[in-house]
Amino acid sequence: MSAALHLAVTLVLCGCLAGPLAGARWVWRSPRTGILLWQMLACTWVLSIVGLLLAVGLARFPGSIPAGLVALARDPAHWGVVPVVVGLALGGWLVGAVVWSWLAVARVRRRHRDVLALVARRDRDVPGAVVVDSPLPIAYCLPGTVVVSSGAVRALTRDELLAVLAHEHAHGRERHDLVLLPFTALRRLVPRRITAAVALLVEMRADDNARREHGAAPLASALRRFRDAPPPAGALGVAGDIDVRLERLAGTVPLTAFARWSALVGGLVLVTTPISFVLW
Amino acid sequence: MSTLGELERAAMDVLWDRGEPMLVREVVDALADRGLAYTTVMTVLTRLAGKGFVRREPDGRAWRYSPSASREEYVARLMLDALSQTGDRRAALAHFARAVSEPEAEALTRALAEERE
Repeated sequence: MSAALHLAVTLVLCGCLAGPLAGARWVWRSPRTGILLWQMLACTWVLSIVGLLLAVGLARFPGSIPAGLVALARDPAHWGVVPVVVGLALGGWLVGAVVWSWLAVARVRRRHRDVLALVARRDRDVPGAVVVDSPLPIAYCLPGTVVVSSGAVRALTRDELLAVLAHEHAHGRERHDLVLLPFTALRRLVPRRITAAVALLVEMRADDNARREHGAAPLASALRRFRDAPPPAGALGVAGDIDVRLERLAGTVPLTAFARWSALVGGLVLVTTPISFVLW
Repeated sequence: MSTLGELERAAMDVLWDRGEPMLVREVVDALADRGLAYTTVMTVLTRLAGKGFVRREPDGRAWRYSPSASREEYVARLMLDALSQTGDRRAALAHFARAVSEPEAEALTRALAEERE
């Protein structure tokens, strides 16, 4: 039963850490560390909950979980079958939901690319991106393709545009879509606050890339323009995220290497707890 | 040398500009400066029909082709995809600054599409 107890404690620990991490400002100082912490926390949570169910179901069978599964298969009338089946089904469902979401995303992207091929154009003034004629000021990234609207090109100076393009290329290069995928795929389970926190870290990480290439000033003024852009129709709300990113660009001290590594080692300790119990 | 993608785009431009259903022969003529074979243009139009970008209707023994939607509607759809924050669409496209909420984006893009009709 000690394995189940350890996993239960890990699960509670995950729950206790998620809230403060979602509200933490210190991770903004090193967004990549923050993203890794969220990934480790999510892994720990999934492995712990599945592991806990397996451990409860196999409590009467000595030895490791794989050995216990074999023993349970020989004695299928045992009550332990119920939590084990629930645990395996839950694990399968979580993986299935992510795969399913990935297929849906791929379908949206394929259609989007097909349409882009017909209506987007290359522009010598917009290197490494395609332009779509729309007054809406927008820039976005499909993995491998950066798209800007003609409205955005008009609204931005050349330096600002290059900074925005660098930001989008960073999303594509570092595959931030894959970072976000599990969180959006499991959106019924993951609190919105957490998904929003991860999405913001991803934006900050892309901001850091753009800042490294073009400096903070053009990126900050581009963000301000996007925030203040007069909407072509209807009323638009302004998200607080932009203000936070601006505040950050105005000056942040990255976390020290010691702080980053401490956080990562802490996360690693957390994630190895369920792994060690499930496998050994 | 033109790729198939470029030809599809050129054919769509012709259909959008003409604004009425066209025979394959008429599309070949409109693209005369490219010197395309009749069968090439027919392949391109068939591919576009397969992707749902053009509709075809019988005219005697031939087919007439017309765009399924205007260029502006397609652009509006792209913008809607890009502004969307719900579920899979949000995961499919990452954008620079999220200054527009989901219902607002929907309303906005719909308004944009209607404005141009």
